[in-house]
Amino acid sequence: MIAFGLRRLAQSMAVIVVMSLLVFAGVHAIGNPVDILINPQADQNEIARATTALGLDLPLAEQYWRFLKGTATGDLGNSFVYNVPAIGLILERMPATLELATAAMLIALVFGIPLGLWAGVAPRSAAGRAISAGSILGFSLPTFWVGLLLILVFSVWLGWLPTAGRGPTTDLLGIPVSFLSADGLRHLLLPAANLALFNLSLVARLARSGAREALQQDYVRFARSKGLAEGRVVGVHVLRNVLVPVVAVTGVQFGSVIAFAVVTETIFAWPGMGKLLIDSINVLDRPVIVGYLCVVVALFVAINLAVDLLSAWLDPRVRVRAGM
Amino acid sequence: MRGALALLALLALAAALAPWIAPQNPYDLAQLQLIDSRLPPLAHTSADAIRWLGTDDQGRDMLSAILYGLRTSLVVGLASTVLAFAIGATAGLAAAWFGGWIDALAMRLADLQLSFPSILIALVFLAILGQGLDKIIAAIVLEQWATYARAARAAALVERSKEYVEAAVALAVPDSRILFRHLLPNCLPPLLVLAAVQMAAAITLEATLSFLGLGLPITEPSLGLLVANGFNYLLSGAYWISFFPGVALLLAVVAVNLAADRLRDALDPRARR
Repeated sequence: MIAFGLRRLAQSMAVIVVMSLLVFAGVHAIGNPVDILINPQADQNEIARATTALGLDLPLAEQYWRFLKGTATGDLGNSFVYNVPAIGLILERMPATLELATAAMLIALVFGIPLGLWAGVAPRSAAGRAISAGSILGFSLPTFWVGLLLILVFSVWLGWLPTAGRGPTTDLLGIPVSFLSADGLRHLLLPAANLALFNLSLVARLARSGAREALQQDYVRFARSKGLAEGRVVGVHVLRNVLVPVVAVTGVQFGSVIAFAVVTETIFAWPGMGKLLIDSINVLDRPVIVGYLCVVVALFVAINLAVDLLSAWLDPRVRVRAGM
Repeated sequence: MRGALALLALLALAAALAPWIAPQNPYDLAQLQLIDSRLPPLAHTSADAIRWLGTDDQGRDMLSAILYGLRTSLVVGLASTVLAFAIGATAGLAAAWFGGWIDALAMRLADLQLSFPSILIALVFLAILGQGLDKIIAAIVLEQWATYARAARAAALVERSKEYVEAAVALAVPDSRILFRHLLPNCLPPLLVLAAVQMAAAITLEATLSFLGLGLPITEPSLGLLVANGFNYLLSGAYWISFFPGVALLLAVVAVNLAADRLRDALDPRARR
């Protein structure tokens, strides 16, 4: 187990190094940020001074080396626009994104599992068919358009919920969060529902097929013949079987929820990392773009590592297959 | 189910014939009248032409804009699917056939790519290269090839030990011929189903990236850009500018997804009833 863990850790480090190289080399091809960030009326001297100040006149290898050294010490350079450390800007926005992603994942699980079980237990009933059809629709609906529809219906027409922003935040262990106040919750509801849609459909489908499979197993027949109530058979015996794939997928999907938060945050003006990324791309604020990618890559690698280690711990066959 | 194929054919036909059947060329600025801007659906213009789906802030007929946008969606979907299929299937077949370092390299690259969400890879790529039809297709290909590579490799590993392959090797048939004339046709069914599903994903991805302002430039027709533009007028109640392009996008994606389901059933004898 330790050998497996160390090997996975080494692979993760290699991924981070490769990604940082690709990202850095790639971002350099965007063009010369000097042209965009410095007043076009500025004279030659001013442009030269700004170029030197930003370190843009150094050779590429030298810039990358500085960047690597900086990354290792948590210093990714200052944002061209705000002139404050990029990593600080990103970390400041991270709680908002993580709160949104967690809320979305919770919605997906809390609604997806019961709906999927229902559709799996009664696949031919009207409700079962409606849930199956709904989950296919959930996969096909473009997330950004659903976000607009949510705003249109709940904010513009009904006037129930706010259209944008995060609302008031409360400090929880020093981290600002929205979900502790009623107004914050009202701000959180629409973006979280929007971001949850895809995974809600995914979880419902997994739970449905898991339940259908489990219902044909001997242990379920045995539980029934023992005279257990149907609620207990489904709620305990079938549910346990359904949870295995759902938990695995939840872990993997969490990273993708963080990535897709870019879309939801843009629509709802949610002040998270994703909106910061889009704003930074639009003004070519290079340190923030690179910083976002480093943080997100590190986050994904950590999530993937955790999921792998967890499944290797839960299921020894995984370790054997990996040659350990 | 037959309805899905009919819908897909209808959408493809409408997109292909857009320049001839659209009430106006929505990207010819000379044809736009500002006086007709933000007309609701079914309203008449100053020249008394009916605008079935309303007009946008520049007086552009939404129906025409949607037909042109659909064209872009289908072109992007088709082009990126064909390219990703060609690159991914070749890599997967070669990995399975040659093994060794080719296999290791292709699969590690695929692992690297698949460990990151689709939208992130496309975002990074477009943040680097900027907007454009060719760039968005390249971004989608970069994001999708690995799925084909894995599927092709898995299918080819099963096929390569079969007797017809052995016979081809015994006849000293060249590797490239074995790969594309012997292995590929037998690995095709699962790859075709995958291609249909991936095409739906490609269409959604293009619209999403264009919506975010990273895909196509504002001068090009795209359903994502139409929705983004309508977003500015949503709060004042002009819902149709965003709503109808989204409906068109949804119809296209659902039609392709249902067609993929149908293809899966047709290619899988067990699913036939």
